[in-house]
Amino acid sequence: MQEITGLFNIAEILRGILGRFLPDPQLVDICMSLINIGAIFTIISLTAVVLVYAERKVSAFMQRRSGPNRVGPGGTLQTVADMVKLMAKEDIMPAGADRWMWMLAPILLFIPAAAVFVVFPFDNKVIFADLNIGVFYFIAMSSQSVLPFLMAGWASNNKYSLVGGMRTVAQMLSYEVPMVLSILGIVMLAGSMRMSTIVAAQQHTWFILLQPIAFVVYVITATAEINRAPFDLVEGESEIVAGPFTEYTGMRWALFFLAEYANLLAVSVIATTLFLGGWNGPWLPGWVWFFLKVGGMVFLFMWFRWTFPRLRIDQLMSFGWKVLLPLALLNIIVTGIGMYIYEFFS
Amino acid sequence: MSNRDINTLLAKIQEQYLEDVKIVGEKAQTALLVEPQRLLDILEFLKTSESYQCNMLRNLTAVDYLEYIEVVYHLYSLSLRQAITVKTRCSMEDLQVPSATSIWPSANFQEREIYDLLGVKFTGHPDLRRILLRDEFEGHPLRKTYQAGNTGEKEVKSLC
Amino acid sequence: MLKTETFTLNMGPQHPSTHGVLQVVLELDGETVVQAIPNMGYLHRGIEKLAESRTYAQFIPYTDRLDYVSSMGNNLGYCQTVEKMIGVTVPERAEYLRIIMTELNRIASHLIFMGSLAIDLGASTGMMFGFRSRERILDLFDMVCGARQTYTYIRFGGVSADIPAEFIPALERFLTDFPAMLDEYHRLLTGNEILYHRLKNTGVISAQRAVEIGLTGPALRASGVDYDIRKVEPYGIYDRFDFNVPLGQVGDCWDRYIIRMEEMKQSADIVAQALSQMPEGTIMASVPKVLKPPAGEVYHSIENPRGELGYYIVSDGGVNPYRLHVRRPSFINLQVLNETCQGLLIGDVVAILATLDSLMGEVDC
Repeated sequence: MQEITGLFNIAEILRGILGRFLPDPQLVDICMSLINIGAIFTIISLTAVVLVYAERKVSAFMQRRSGPNRVGPGGTLQTVADMVKLMAKEDIMPAGADRWMWMLAPILLFIPAAAVFVVFPFDNKVIFADLNIGVFYFIAMSSQSVLPFLMAGWASNNKYSLVGGMRTVAQMLSYEVPMVLSILGIVMLAGSMRMSTIVAAQQHTWFILLQPIAFVVYVITATAEINRAPFDLVEGESEIVAGPFTEYTGMRWALFFLAEYANLLAVSVIATTLFLGGWNGPWLPGWVWFFLKVGGMVFLFMWFRWTFPRLRIDQLMSFGWKVLLPLALLNIIVTGIGMYIYEFFS
Repeated sequence: MSNRDINTLLAKIQEQYLEDVKIVGEKAQTALLVEPQRLLDILEFLKTSESYQCNMLRNLTAVDYLEYIEVVYHLYSLSLRQAITVKTRCSMEDLQVPSATSIWPSANFQEREIYDLLGVKFTGHPDLRRILLRDEFEGHPLRKTYQAGNTGEKEVKSLC
Repeated sequence: MLKTETFTLNMGPQHPSTHGVLQVVLELDGETVVQAIPNMGYLHRGIEKLAESRTYAQFIPYTDRLDYVSSMGNNLGYCQTVEKMIGVTVPERAEYLRIIMTELNRIASHLIFMGSLAIDLGASTGMMFGFRSRERILDLFDMVCGARQTYTYIRFGGVSADIPAEFIPALERFLTDFPAMLDEYHRLLTGNEILYHRLKNTGVISAQRAVEIGLTGPALRASGVDYDIRKVEPYGIYDRFDFNVPLGQVGDCWDRYIIRMEEMKQSADIVAQALSQMPEGTIMASVPKVLKPPAGEVYHSIENPRGELGYYIVSDGGVNPYRLHVRRPSFINLQVLNETCQGLLIGDVVAILATLDSLMGEVDC
């Protein structure tokens, strides 16, 4: 049985404890599922807190500032303080807003962001559900986040939001395609869409060495998928103020924020799993390797954000369709031919 | 460019346009005083003529002298590196001056500013609206007769 | 058949990239701009009217509030205009101090331009870097006159105070560090492919149009028109310095950016020359306490970081100016916004606004 709480045999211990009180083993399974879901949400909220702090410190480091340094040791509690502030804020709803759509949007955005965590292999056998279509599931779920953005943009009854919402659709849809195609190369090599199989296939050689072009395409498209600079046209502060989030305040806005960082973590995890060998690594335990690699990817994404200017919408579209898509297609063809040649000789 | 040269140049224009043009001021302040109805002709002439080539309208402003308002054009020639000042006067009863936007588009905002603050109407201006003050504003603050303190706002009653 | 129509988007007066309280009424066809009409006046304080009830000396602090990131230039322009009216000769040392301060202020102003351009295009690190270096210059001004933004340092007949002993070593340190700083910006921004493609061939203004519409300063020179008042009508002692006026070829946003970067280098060069030539001596000519310039009028203009800053003063022989008009380069440069933005995208409007570098304190006066 693979479970997210598999780390340090927590699952077995919990199972043992629950087994004493609950007669039916099915009830134990249901309880364990609930605990695992709780664990995922804990991971998301904790990493969001850590990532916000990390982003501020990384940006401060790049801009030669000190960053947050007042709340808690080294400013570590700054994000907690911000959370408290956001919760205490007034919830303002624009008068002309489409009430239900407007309220649902941030919640709907958070669902796919959280749902993709189901298939993330944190360590050997530490995974909530090792689906045989894991990669497909990830792609399917993460592309759901287009809709809530458009909902928020439309329902806010604000022109900045609307422009932002339209930009989201254009951007996310056109970058989804090369992203899927870049991942396809990995699936071809591993011969499976199951996350654990893909990681296991990288025991000796990480796929980044076999698929460097796919990795580059993936990183670029992933940056666009999570709307971070240089592809942050959706929020594009200096152009359309905050895009779809313009009219949101307090906790509703915080949900957008949380989803953004959950997405950042998600694409980093996928990059680690598909290209950087997942939990594989010498000496250290698997989960340490895993988080080290994820941390590296997160740092890369932050590095992009704090050094690059923003693209213009027409440049963004032409880059996606005219450069990344042919590149990803070419990569698949070369991979196919390469695999055929490899099989022929061995 | 010395003052003497400017004076000879200005004298030449005066010969050409005779009674419509006067030379006012002395030394560095020398300027051409033009009748409003001949203004556009003369400005056009200053811009196109070989010996002036004033292709740049550096500054455009107006001064309220109580009996009349004087509109001042500071022209500059980029090729000849020389500056010429042209003035025109309109009486308080008939505050109308032809717009120079057809000759120098840069006059657009400056004429709107003069209209806004001094109330001179520039005939032929493409979009003569207030520019700095709000549209409902009454009066023209840079006039000498304008009473400061009266902002045109209704009296605000204290809530306390 | 689908029916489409344009919509109006009010960009500003509260908007991150309109540099203050400018409102641009955008008429958009999707992302494409059909019209971009600037709407100003949110910061109008009636400075020209105020001048009529102040004495000549009392008006100097008001000039600080015009173009508030290059106040030294505003002080200089006003003081030189009044000096022209009353005919005062400024001591040599004061002339050099004026040059040093205004050129340093030009660097500070262009650093803000660079920073705000960077953040308008989404690269916030560029802004932090620009402001960090500007801080060094503000520290220098702080030493001299105790203010960081509104200096009122240049007065009629000279400057308000001589430089303290620690100023020259600090300035020399800054001048030594500055090329390295500039190099860092070039590596961060100029070398960036995205920035290049955002700015290149965006918002092209032809040389002929630039002159017609009244552009001045770096925006005019980017179109290739050689008009720098420091060269064509040297005021003060600018004829004693050896410097280049960088010119652009195309007149696009990229040229406007590169020209300002190059001007910073030239300004640092002028400061270094002025520092080496500066004599000892007094810093203030004797000027009557109560100024009553003879009746008459003067138009005098200087090259401010944003363009030609002109003062037109009419005196009736009294203690107050009869009429004072300021030719504000930002105000007149904004005229070009609408026609330049037409047919471009929202992102380009931001880039054009940033490279025109209009400052609302000056636009609204």
